Amino acid sequence: MSETDQLDAHLDTDGEPTRRDFIYIATAAVAATGAGALAWPLVAQMGAANDTLAAGSIEIDLSKVEEGQQLKVLYRGKPVFVRYRTAKEIMEADTVEMDDLPDPETDDARLVTNPQGALNKQYLVMVGVCTHFGCIPVGEAGDFDGWYCPCHGSHYDTSGRIRKGPAPTNMEIPKYKYLSDTIIKVG
Amino acid sequence: MSGPSTYEPKYAAERWLDKRLPIVRFGVDFMAFPSPRNLNYWYAFGGILTMILMLQIITGVVLAMHYTPDVNLAFDSVQRIRRDVQFGWLIQPMHAVGASMFFLAVYVHMFRGMYYGSYKTPRELLWIIGCMIYLVMMATGFLGYTLPWGQMSFWGATVITGFFGAIPVVGESLQQWLLGGYSVDNPTLQRFFSLHYLLPFVIVALVGLHIWAVHHVGQNNPIGIEPKTKEDTLPFHPFYTMKDAFAIGVFMMIFALFVFYLPDALGHADNYQKADPLKTPPEIVPEWYFLPFYAILRAVPDKLLGVILMFSAIAVLFVLPWLDTAKVRSMRFRPVTRWFFIIFIFAGFILGWCGARAPDDIAIPIGEGGMTFKWLSRIATFYYFAYFIPILPIMGWIEKTKPVPDSITKAVLSGDA
Repeated sequence: MSETDQLDAHLDTDGEPTRRDFIYIATAAVAATGAGALAWPLVAQMGAANDTLAAGSIEIDLSKVEEGQQLKVLYRGKPVFVRYRTAKEIMEADTVEMDDLPDPETDDARLVTNPQGALNKQYLVMVGVCTHFGCIPVGEAGDFDGWYCPCHGSHYDTSGRIRKGPAPTNMEIPKYKYLSDTIIKVG
Repeated sequence: MSGPSTYEPKYAAERWLDKRLPIVRFGVDFMAFPSPRNLNYWYAFGGILTMILMLQIITGVVLAMHYTPDVNLAFDSVQRIRRDVQFGWLIQPMHAVGASMFFLAVYVHMFRGMYYGSYKTPRELLWIIGCMIYLVMMATGFLGYTLPWGQMSFWGATVITGFFGAIPVVGESLQQWLLGGYSVDNPTLQRFFSLHYLLPFVIVALVGLHIWAVHHVGQNNPIGIEPKTKEDTLPFHPFYTMKDAFAIGVFMMIFALFVFYLPDALGHADNYQKADPLKTPPEIVPEWYFLPFYAILRAVPDKLLGVILMFSAIAVLFVLPWLDTAKVRSMRFRPVTRWFFIIFIFAGFILGWCGARAPDDIAIPIGEGGMTFKWLSRIATFYYFAYFIPILPIMGWIEKTKPVPDSITKAVLSGDA
């Protein structure tokens, strides 16, 4: 019998927990809580800082965009596209069969109502970042007259919906609302 | 592996030290490590890698004295190192080219291990630690490439951190946590710098384990049989220190050729443009040493599947010791598998070529059209994985191997080693 065995035998009170068991568990519990309390701040510090989170909204004046033009505004480090779509582009966006879309969404569902409660069909506002690996698609390009991502060849239509290529979803619509007929607030 | 200590202190001072801290004894015994007598120059790459690791740490520490990790200053601070800092023109390219040389040497070292079956029992853990070193090297290389804050730095970082966004459910939060914001920005650059400084020391620790493991199990050798007698081995010093030193000298010449004559040949011209979050370069290409994995990523049309496949290409290396069922280690005695291995290396080069080109361009012209790089990379990706499963396990069972020599010494004397 080794020394530790003797020690254990001495402490073994018919399987009943001893004072020593209690001390072991209490010590482990305190150590685990302490480690957790230290680990959490060390992990959480890597998240977005408060000033990054606070810089969350911008206003865009839509009247600056002419028909057929696109405005690029930097928002949260990513470009927001504001496109004044031509009648042909709106028509193309509206007449697509939902079955043809990898990520089905109507054009109307990708717009926000103006103060009068109607849709400004001409203004498409979206985050101009390819949903594949975050490149910035080129406008008025690709097989669907919308956007084309040069990185891995994703084609988007005139509503910013994915039509062909490796991107899994449509380009994101940011949270925004109309403050007046021509001014929107993103974020 | 190492026998009783051969160290005998000669002077009083040595004896004094040896009694209190036997550090000289440790060093002498360490270098007397019995090594198989038939190691060829492919075995010099361990020494070469150790040398490059030290060089990268020294040049890196020096560069950190002049570099500023801030999105507004980083690009200019690297240009300042190259133009104004004393000998910066030498030290910065040494570090950048050094990264390429590090990967070049590690690929040779890994292929050497695969060819001579150095991952087989009892060296599985040695191989796995090596794979871990390779993985940390890749992370370090990627983080370091972001620091000059050029267009490729920025967009490479965007694409690679995007991999984590592909993970279902937690992907987006995980990506934001890694970036410290909504996109690659100042917080990202600062943490990348911090981690780029940290990881090389993790590599040093892993290299320590790697060397400890190789000293414990002993080195493999080109014929893949264990040394049986004292005659089969030579002390590492002076025999292999000299052989390694010569190989390091030759390797340094290639290194110097790049540093002095082609310092930017292995980089991308777009990285001399400052990062612009509003403009994606016409094509995003990683550094050459990541190209095969980039080709695997792009070989499949699905984002998540591409990422899974790419990480699997590295993960499969970790289980290689259990996929290869053959009893015979060295490919020298495996006439058929040897060819599968040569094709495997060829597939690796093909993948590298595909990774550098646009997926829809024509790789092999046939008549009007031809095979695109996308399809070529699919075939090469298929072979890459097929080599591990099922080729290696099946060949281990069915292949009739050539007769293996009785001992290293016999093989050396008959000219077969």
